[in-house]
Amino acid sequence: MEVEQLQRSFIEYTSGLFREGFLDGQFSQLQMLQDETNPDFVFEVVSLFFEDSDRLLHDLSLALDQQNVDFKKIDAHVHQFKGSSSSIGAQRVKTACIAFRSFCEEQNVEGCLGCLQQVKQEYLLVKTKLEALLRLEQQIVAAGGAIPTLNEFS
Amino acid sequence: MGMAATDDQFHVLAVDDSLIDRKLIERLLKTSSFQVTTVDSGSKALEFLGWHGNEINMFSEATISPNNHQELEVNLVITDYCMPGMTGYDLLKKIKESAFLRDIPVVIMSSENVPSRITRCLEEGAEEFFLKPMKLSDVNKLRPHMMRTRFKNDSIENGKPENEEKQENEEIITTGEVDLEMQQIQTAQSLQQQASQSNNDNNKRKSMEEGLSPDRTRPRYSDLTVMSN
Repeated sequence: MEVEQLQRSFIEYTSGLFREGFLDGQFSQLQMLQDETNPDFVFEVVSLFFEDSDRLLHDLSLALDQQNVDFKKIDAHVHQFKGSSSSIGAQRVKTACIAFRSFCEEQNVEGCLGCLQQVKQEYLLVKTKLEALLRLEQQIVAAGGAIPTLNEFS
Repeated sequence: MGMAATDDQFHVLAVDDSLIDRKLIERLLKTSSFQVTTVDSGSKALEFLGWHGNEINMFSEATISPNNHQELEVNLVITDYCMPGMTGYDLLKKIKESAFLRDIPVVIMSSENVPSRITRCLEEGAEEFFLKPMKLSDVNKLRPHMMRTRFKNDSIENGKPENEEKQENEEIITTGEVDLEMQQIQTAQSLQQQASQSNNDNNKRKSMEEGLSPDRTRPRYSDLTVMSN
């Protein structure tokens, strides 16, 4: 594919992610922090987010599976998840975490289980989208092009 | 390019238990030409600061960014509020209670907007309270705090006001990592500093320093244009 065509798809795809609320301005901040001296910054941070999220989702499933649910522990996990999703701009995951925490406060196991499913779903969705976006980035770089900047979203 | 800006850079110690946030803060600060050390807990921060009760030793083997000096004076501590073990608030208190450390400006970050928490931190001596995630616009607010203490320390410890000029000149020469964003940051910063200058003109040193800042951004920018052509 032509570099310009790849760059156009990159812009369209990213705009879509912002429009549909998968990503917010914080992701633009990450993109702004990526430059020639740090060409893999977004990739590194997003990869850390994936690792973190997989671990947290696993821990949450275990914690909610106990006879006596430790809501304090669950809240600590969700708090972390909310923090990391907000740091990378995964807006819909963050929103799902906020709802999760209110059920935690109510000590509502059913509510928490429902939220866990929702958080998981939102996470898997944004993960797929981010992976596609990073692939596009790699293709652009491999074709010798520059990653388009998307200042209009910041 | 990028290696020149080592002399007289401000050195920030960033404390956060989240690796993602440490990465983010480190990058944000380095983009603004700060030298950064990150640690994942309040106790490691105190260790890095050389806090052993009364004794202080500013040397450490902790993870230091590549462009480092032998001696690393910390010009500012920025810490997350919510951490397991020692919280950011505890760390703030420890620093402010120490005769050796209390002059280091401390900035607290938190993902939660809890007014009582913010008030408590500011009352305990924090310079700023940032809501996470931290943004480039927040980084601009750090420099004035560091300038104030740097010159305060110079006059107290060395009694050499000439240092001021020396530092200014060196910073003009160090055109390291400048890009367009940097220029925007600098401009925003000068505006901000001018604003704070008019609010606070009884501190002569501070006024002098801030008065110089707008000029300093220009040589950096013209160097950038020369380099990119």
